[in-house]
Amino acid sequence: MKQTELIMGMPITIEAVDDDAARHFETIFTYFRSIDDRYSTYKERSEISKINKGLPRESWSREMREVFRLCEDTKQVSRGYFDIGHHGKLDPSGLIKGWAINNAAGKFREFGIRNFYIDAGGDIQVGGHNEQGEPWLVGIRNPFNMDEIIKTLRVSSEGVATSGTYIRGQHIYDPNRPDDSIDDVKSLTVIGPNIYEADRFATAAFAMGLQGIEFIAATPGLEGYMIDKDKTATYTNGFERYIEKK
Amino acid sequence: MKKIILIVGVVGVFVVYSLVLRTQHTKTGGVTTTSALTTATGSATSGSKTSTGSSGTSTSTATYKDGTYDGDTENAFYGNVQVAVTVSGGKITTVTFLQQPDDSANSQDINGQAVPLLKQEAIKAQNAHVNVVSGATQTSDAFAQSLASALQKAEA
Repeated sequence: MKQTELIMGMPITIEAVDDDAARHFETIFTYFRSIDDRYSTYKERSEISKINKGLPRESWSREMREVFRLCEDTKQVSRGYFDIGHHGKLDPSGLIKGWAINNAAGKFREFGIRNFYIDAGGDIQVGGHNEQGEPWLVGIRNPFNMDEIIKTLRVSSEGVATSGTYIRGQHIYDPNRPDDSIDDVKSLTVIGPNIYEADRFATAAFAMGLQGIEFIAATPGLEGYMIDKDKTATYTNGFERYIEKK
Repeated sequence: MKKIILIVGVVGVFVVYSLVLRTQHTKTGGVTTTSALTTATGSATSGSKTSTGSSGTSTSTATYKDGTYDGDTENAFYGNVQVAVTVSGGKITTVTFLQQPDDSANSQDINGQAVPLLKQEAIKAQNAHVNVVSGATQTSDAFAQSLASALQKAEA
């Protein structure tokens, strides 16, 4: 059973194989809407918008404080390349997406659902197996041709996140050259133990340009596949074990 | 009174500790595994054609002489890194660790194992069927968000 809704400015698709899973889909979509209500910088009444207008820290929700702590941790571990405070405005969206998908997957597991994926704008958390009883088949989109797949992966518990210039995400930039656009790297796909880790590191590594894939290689537990503007892919050693063998 | 002194003392220790840690991060964070890779590619080009300059980014239009080249040992985030680059057919085909940091923060051990770090290939369209696709959606984030908020205002 599969269902898609447009939330947080992107299509969010849930698919589950388990019997009777569909009745829990609305809980998940409602959760994503609540995340959007709190963290969208495009919504005047969101908590993040209030913070950007001066809401003092003592008045922040506990969850917001936790999110900021995670952002600070990600900034440290990425040596400043993940920074939510550029352009004079606080915007944690580079972390929120993977974090929210990961939380949603946790809710699914609490309901006893084991075999599913949650795809929010191309960042994916999988669990278990697909309808054929096999690990999920995840394709990587060709950044030069949106109708094409250029790699096929098999995953059953991992998170897969892709950062790319064709998104025009405000959260991705090089802190050393904040006004330059990142264009050497067309897309960077990161496979991590869960989508929270994959997404925050994909965001940070993308801002590092061509060196980002080295950062992924040097970070334990992550594998990456980077496509540059010359249509060459550079990938980490362990990435190969996820590739679907024909 | 004693309790207050104790609490202030503990907090003070934490503050000093975090400041020291931050300084350490700044010091060792200056040279990273990334510069180790660019040092290795730098030495590969020094004998051959046009230099890629000091920007440190390798471009796929540069050519290299075939062979294996050892980079300098660099101080990375968690220890020493030294890589070797293998060039075949004029292109970098593998980058191998000669030294790599352990997981423990202050380790200076040299690992005997050579582990390939990165590989390259040309991207190629696949004819495979997939369950789901990772990649950016065609909807522009900013446009869709803005539209959503405008619609929200229209509702209220």
